[in-house]
Amino acid sequence: MASKQLTGWRRENGRVGVRNHVIILPLDDLSNAACEAVAHNVKGTMALPHAYGRLQFGEDLELHFRTLIGTGANPNVAAVIVIGIEPSWTGRVVDGIAKTGKPVEGFWIEQHGDINTIAAASRKAKELVQWASELTREPIEIGDLWVSTKCGGSDTTTDLASCPAVGNMYDKWIPKGIYGVFGETSEITGGEHLCKARAASPEIAEKWYAMWKAYQEDVIEAHKTDDLSDSQPTKGNILGGLTTIEEKALGNLEKMGHNSKFLDALQPAEAPAKGPGLYYMDTSSAAAECITLMAAGGYVIHTFPTGQGNIIGNPIVPVIKITGNPRTVRTMSEHVDVDVSGVLRREMTIDEAGDALIENITRTANGRLTCAEALGHREFVMTKLYRSA
Amino acid sequence: MSIPHLLVHNRSDNVGVVVVEDLKAGTEMFGVITEDNSSFHLVTRADVPIGHKVALRDLKAGDTAVKYGEDVGKIIADVKMGEHVHTHNMKTKRW
Repeated sequence: MASKQLTGWRRENGRVGVRNHVIILPLDDLSNAACEAVAHNVKGTMALPHAYGRLQFGEDLELHFRTLIGTGANPNVAAVIVIGIEPSWTGRVVDGIAKTGKPVEGFWIEQHGDINTIAAASRKAKELVQWASELTREPIEIGDLWVSTKCGGSDTTTDLASCPAVGNMYDKWIPKGIYGVFGETSEITGGEHLCKARAASPEIAEKWYAMWKAYQEDVIEAHKTDDLSDSQPTKGNILGGLTTIEEKALGNLEKMGHNSKFLDALQPAEAPAKGPGLYYMDTSSAAAECITLMAAGGYVIHTFPTGQGNIIGNPIVPVIKITGNPRTVRTMSEHVDVDVSGVLRREMTIDEAGDALIENITRTANGRLTCAEALGHREFVMTKLYRSA
Repeated sequence: MSIPHLLVHNRSDNVGVVVVEDLKAGTEMFGVITEDNSSFHLVTRADVPIGHKVALRDLKAGDTAVKYGEDVGKIIADVKMGEHVHTHNMKTKRW
């Protein structure tokens, strides 16, 4: 396949983004209103409201900071305004993002009130968005891209067509130097022996297995009230023909491809640090939570196989939907970026499906809006590990 | 090759997936095993929605359902070849 020139924005720290967002990031739930007011005042900026950030502690608080800092640090983001209720935690997020070298400024509401905070933050946001609007794309290499994956609204067509298409893309692009990542810890159940065998070393295999086992024990076994057959697989999965978690898991794992070993088992929202290649990230299987964590880990494009038609998006990362289900293509075409239903008719090979995905990733990286972007899907959902203090 | 009604991942699988809409009971299905592109015919004994599974042979309660050449759950009620396999006769071995 003829390769088309990729373009992107090379940021201060050398990482490459494919979008050029200026975001207004709330430190906590209380600051959502001010952030949304700033984004309303200053066109071309975007607020990322979320539900948390008060009285969290321990590992849960660390994950909160890691997710916010990682979101601001993502190379799809040119500049950031952070607004919190008080200066200390706000400053921690500002300092974390500032390590990338990109412009970031914090504002806090106590002693100022919403209106003065909004006025000051709006003036700064206007300056940043005008600055960002003059940054230009430059030619980049395939290996500059960090491409994540997570499927949703799965059915039996995802294991036949769309997940193998993602795997085929990874088999072609990991050797070219991209970073990949997959996750969904509960959804490996039934295929854990296959996943463990794909770790790059016995140490990483054990690290991954401990992560999977902890999810089984601390999350599933500790809280379940039945065999989870109403939740995992989901009602939508079951409607689509998937019967058990094992069947779902083995299809899900097709996204790994066949040639790559994963280099590390990352904590949620942790940035990979062992060079180009495939990674595992410990995430929930809920789409918005998972993609938010992967974006915070630094990934700039997301590939999302779906069967029944999950419509998820993300505020800062383009989410590319790929489906093999002809009924979904027919009934939900406005959500489908890549149609691989030809695989089911034996008119398209997995190799061709992988090429179709690569072509769409290339166009998306170069600026084509995904269906989710065009339809305004900006699901930003923080993962919370336990109740606040 | 004509368009298949049924796709099977692996030669050792005992269930296959319907990949066409509006499949009616009594249809002689054209099936393809994706692993090696071999084909076969099987008559469906039920109206089976797209994406749902049919039994490739007679299965007994207690048997293991095999898809992708792997264990994907247990059969909990006898199923005849060509019948619909789903939550009414198959269940997870986990959780």
